[in-house]
Amino acid sequence: MSKAVTVRAQKLRRDNTKLRLYIFLALVAALLLAALFSMRLAPYDPYLQNLDKAMQPPSASHIMGTDHHGRDMFSRVLVGGRTSIFATLALVAAISVFGTLVGTLCGYYGGRVDSVVMRISDICLAFPGLVFAMAVAALLNGGIGNAVLALAVVSWPKYSRVARGQTLAIKAGDFISAAKLAGSSSAQVIIRHILPNILGPILVTAMLDIGTMMMELAGLSFLGLGAVPPTAEWGNMMSSGRSMLQMYPWVVLSPGIGIFITVVLFNLLGDTVRDYMDPRNSRSG
Amino acid sequence: MEPILEVKNLTKIFQKRGKKDFVAVDHVSFQLFPGEILGVVGESGSGKSTVAKLVTRLIDATEGTIAVNGRDITHAKGAALRDIYVDMQMVFQNPAGSFDPRRTLGDGISESLKNHGVSKEERRKRVVGLLERCGLSKEFADRYPYEVSGGQCQRAAIARALAIGPKILICDEATSALDVTVQKQILELLQFLQKADGLSYIFICHNLALVQMFCDRVLVLYDGKVVESGTPDKVILSPQSEYTRCLVDAVL
Repeated sequence: MSKAVTVRAQKLRRDNTKLRLYIFLALVAALLLAALFSMRLAPYDPYLQNLDKAMQPPSASHIMGTDHHGRDMFSRVLVGGRTSIFATLALVAAISVFGTLVGTLCGYYGGRVDSVVMRISDICLAFPGLVFAMAVAALLNGGIGNAVLALAVVSWPKYSRVARGQTLAIKAGDFISAAKLAGSSSAQVIIRHILPNILGPILVTAMLDIGTMMMELAGLSFLGLGAVPPTAEWGNMMSSGRSMLQMYPWVVLSPGIGIFITVVLFNLLGDTVRDYMDPRNSRSG
Repeated sequence: MEPILEVKNLTKIFQKRGKKDFVAVDHVSFQLFPGEILGVVGESGSGKSTVAKLVTRLIDATEGTIAVNGRDITHAKGAALRDIYVDMQMVFQNPAGSFDPRRTLGDGISESLKNHGVSKEERRKRVVGLLERCGLSKEFADRYPYEVSGGQCQRAAIARALAIGPKILICDEATSALDVTVQKQILELLQFLQKADGLSYIFICHNLALVQMFCDRVLVLYDGKVVESGTPDKVILSPQSEYTRCLVDAVL
């Protein structure tokens, strides 16, 4: 009786998680589509200057107002979102794939290479990420591509840590021994049995990392180390508007809202994916 | 008769920095003959499972040699090592943990066949045959390890071990995690398969009564050393070493 009740409660919770997952996936998909087609969705040319209309507050024709060059803020936020979101996604995709590969190989083979690589990642983790990224970005000069590269250099160790720990735990399992006894080579063991089993935690880490990375990328742009004006990007839009915050707050708040909504949405999706992947929530439940 | 498996002076020393070396297996020698069931008994930590891992080359020996059919496999690597697993397979203690949680039992059973280039349809056919031999219906091929009971999972594990047609089966506490009635069924299955295929077993177990019932010959392991060997009746009824006497007394 009580068991049946628990099973039902689990099932309900699972359905709930599934529903949440679909809702957030749909919202994120909408956001991505908006970013993808931002040039067509934008009501005005985001780069067209019109000094007659500079610094207009939000109104029916300019729902987020205009900036000091008279450019429509809503169009700029939309187009800036494309740069911010896709640069972030490319960054997270690159570091999660690279970090996972390095971590898995280190965990599986161990030995001296493992020690060396893990010390390197310790060094990366010992510095505050953004400070280190600023140094690297400054070294590489500005530009959104270089900002992504700088963040990638300092952020991959997180993934290699997760992947290595998971690999070590799974490697000790009997099913890995059984796979070896079935005549699978090391590459086959890694591809068939280790990677699929560590994918969950990696995916969750990546989903939760999107928000952080977006903020750090915007931070670098804010400091002038990322996207260079006039390219619309949320970080540098906030940066160029910061002196006008008191008089014309919409110039700073509009891209801020863009960052806020996107980060919250990706974090909520990350949380939901984590709940969904929770083994207590697994197919047996 | 030539032994199918011959182990000489097998030694495993675990070394850890800052700690004293730990001798898990200390100059163990034994032979396994075709069609024989060799029991290995001993308390927890006596090195039974380490012997199993050494013989299957899942870990490397510090010293000693292992030969299968007269071929030295102590240092075999890569393809040569994978060749050995055609003759030698293992059944693990924890049935559920010995299958990949993300793959079906059928996938697990047919992995060795896949690695040897057997086609998909042929694999499917053979999996059904193997499952039936081990007392499971064909539906189990599509189940996941957590969807079946311990006894069913262990039957699937035996099916997997037999898939490639080995001559030696190493059962590392294969019945210990199961309850008594299921234990008996698994033993009967192993006995049936042994008679039908003329397999040789190394049956690692801590249960003396099981060993007496099931094995032709028995090794008693204590502190990594073989302290006694012989037929189960001889070892159990007139134990020579102090440790075996303790072990027998503990049961009776």
